[in-house]
Amino acid sequence: MRRALQVVPALWSVLAALVVSVILLALAGAPPFRALGLVLDGAVGDGGRMADTLMSWVPLTLAAAGLVVTFVAGLWNIGVEGQVIAGAIGATWAARTIPGEGFVVIPAALAAGVAAGALWALAAGVLKTRGGVNEIFGGLGLGFVAQSLATYLIIGPWKRAGIASTSGTEPFREEVWLPTVGGTRLSPVAVILALAAIAVVWALLRGTRFGLRLKAVGANPASARLLGVPTEATILRAFALGGGMAGLAGAVLATGIQHKLVPAIAGGRGFLAILVVLLAAYRIVWVAPIALFFAILSVGSAQLQLRLDLDSSIGGVLQGILVLFVILIGGWQALHRRDAEEP
Amino acid sequence: MLELRGITKRFGPVVANDGIDLDVPPGSLHAVLGENGAGKSTLMKILSGFLPPDAGRIRLDGHEVPTGSPRAALRAGIGMLHQDPLVCLPFTALDNFILGREGKIDRAAARGELREVCARFDFDIDPDARARSLSVGERQQLEIARLLSLGVKVLILDEPTSGISSEQRTKLFSALRTLAGEGLIVLFVSHKLEEVEELCDTVTVIRAGRVVGERALPCPADELVELMFGDLVVSSARPPVEIGAPALRVSGLAAGTGRQAVTGVDLEVRAGEVVGLAGLEGSGQRTLLRVLAGLEPARAGHVEIDGRSLDGSSYEGFVAAGVHYLPAGRLEEGLVPGLTIAEHLTLAARLSDWVVDWDAARSRAEEAIEHFRIKGGPDTPADALSGGNQQRLLLAMMPEDLRVLLMEHPTRGLDIESADYVWTRLLARRDSGTAIVFSSADLDELVGYADRVVVFFSGKVLADLPAAELTADRLGTLIGGKVAS
Repeated sequence: MRRALQVVPALWSVLAALVVSVILLALAGAPPFRALGLVLDGAVGDGGRMADTLMSWVPLTLAAAGLVVTFVAGLWNIGVEGQVIAGAIGATWAARTIPGEGFVVIPAALAAGVAAGALWALAAGVLKTRGGVNEIFGGLGLGFVAQSLATYLIIGPWKRAGIASTSGTEPFREEVWLPTVGGTRLSPVAVILALAAIAVVWALLRGTRFGLRLKAVGANPASARLLGVPTEATILRAFALGGGMAGLAGAVLATGIQHKLVPAIAGGRGFLAILVVLLAAYRIVWVAPIALFFAILSVGSAQLQLRLDLDSSIGGVLQGILVLFVILIGGWQALHRRDAEEP
Repeated sequence: MLELRGITKRFGPVVANDGIDLDVPPGSLHAVLGENGAGKSTLMKILSGFLPPDAGRIRLDGHEVPTGSPRAALRAGIGMLHQDPLVCLPFTALDNFILGREGKIDRAAARGELREVCARFDFDIDPDARARSLSVGERQQLEIARLLSLGVKVLILDEPTSGISSEQRTKLFSALRTLAGEGLIVLFVSHKLEEVEELCDTVTVIRAGRVVGERALPCPADELVELMFGDLVVSSARPPVEIGAPALRVSGLAAGTGRQAVTGVDLEVRAGEVVGLAGLEGSGQRTLLRVLAGLEPARAGHVEIDGRSLDGSSYEGFVAAGVHYLPAGRLEEGLVPGLTIAEHLTLAARLSDWVVDWDAARSRAEEAIEHFRIKGGPDTPADALSGGNQQRLLLAMMPEDLRVLLMEHPTRGLDIESADYVWTRLLARRDSGTAIVFSSADLDELVGYADRVVVFFSGKVLADLPAAELTADRLGTLIGGKVAS
């Protein structure tokens, strides 16, 4: 599954997706090239917009980097959205409970997010290895549980003084917000964390025995077992690591962007991360640029609504088309390879 | 009259069917006989439309039968009962019976029809039972009833007697005789000589994708064996082998379920001894090897390595005791597609280092490549290697000190040079005191390399004989399940 999608089909797909997007924009009554220009301008047109785009890139990249670990191990960790939410809950708990200065509480909140995300993913892992529950279903189920838990906490134990509202918890004290620079919403810490996650996964897959075991378990668990790979432990570690990174994404969302827990804290970023990783064909070096492209589309397409009166969901449509084309062209190639070889 | 002309089918470089011609008149009980991999199943799948042929034509009663579509074959009157009956498990027997019919569904009429067929052949199927709860034999009866109700004129049965009771077998055979008496063509695919002799009037023998002979039955078993396996070279005297203390001892072993089950296996293999497991595929050899490797649990019995009990031990326990297993499916359960030679050797080294020193790993791989004469580099993925080189890589990954080496089909699919090389390596292991147990479908290999041959039939040990006393002819007869010849 690792090499299911190659670079060349990805290029063809981008081209095909652009053509279809232009047609769609034209059908929606917008001048297509001006619209695309507006998206770009909305995402990187000035420093503030670039900051917003980068801050949208960080959680997406963190979740996607974690997903690479699980996907390489052959685990369809679809529950990543739930792991992001769990991470946000963990970070919120720490931010609300732990007293003291920011330099104590912020690392604690980030660590709590990592732990919560890892635990949530481990639950899916144990369900798989011990309960025989496919990680897709276990992950989806746990995702709903995480979502409901967040909503319950917001309108229940963590409700704002006097009013219980789904608009979120009381904002955190400002000391525990991730520090920003230059009067924008950009947090250098968050960006460094995302880059570090990429570096960690890259090094892990390239130079460690654990990375080698992940690949072996992902490509052929039966052979891996015969070769002495502890398959269950490897699977659980992959889940913990992937979930930990998703949890960190949730913690960044809570402490760096929302500054509180809101029900839609993950906002589909986990699912979007799956698309990023599919498009990157599970290769970690491609995750950062593809996630940036997705962040540009997400942030920039807000302009379409403001300037052209198009619904901003057109950004999601463009992302979806792109991924569909990549999968379609990759799948089509695989099908033709197989036809040439097998009955 | 069923006529096949020039049926040819290739899978990559393998020619499974090579210009097969076959004529079967109505009312025939016709056997298609051949060893595993001879091409019987491929031919039957082509005939029943499950596989499109690369070339060739099928005619039934003078009409061309379209190829490559099971639906078209059924319409033309050709139906196949698969080895594992293709029933929908969550459906009831009646729903399965109706499945595949065209037009309006009349359940009451179908129920009556099913009852009628059952009464006629003394089949015992409850129309409302879930297919899941039916035995293999009952599912088979259900499939036969369904195919008959669809009006087939040719009924193909692929190894129908494995996994069914002897009572069901008797009923099946009598039903087939009745049907042939009414003019149906029955094609009976098997590798069991006794059954073919018992049931059929005529037989076509297939070897390596070609028809090698047709006979009217009865016909001497020796003649059929020779047709099935070809001319066998009986090995010359082997050098005497130093045989040591018992390395592996198995007693009263039972394991596996269904077709894969083995029962009552007793076996002793001494250090430096080579034991060959003979038998048609699926007669229990694979299950035995997997139990001995610690990959499958035993239901009963004991396994000892060097006098130490390994009952209930994990795979890791067997590995620690000095057992190594080389499976037949090299890319399925031996190697990891996508990983390179260096990566494989690094995994197989079972070290506990955290960071892999890839420079060292590559130079170790270079050494292994040279030593085992593998055609590839450290960064060549295992799936890009030829079969022979994959087997060499597996040999290169074997640990140094082994007590017991278990192998499935050690040279299957290899050219002669690679096969010789593999055995040179294995015999070197034997000479250093490793006990070797291997299964093979190649009678020459069994007689040529084993000191003893253990013949499996239907999950039981049929014979355990010194290879020196075996002729390949006799081995072939034993494999077909006949003890006395």
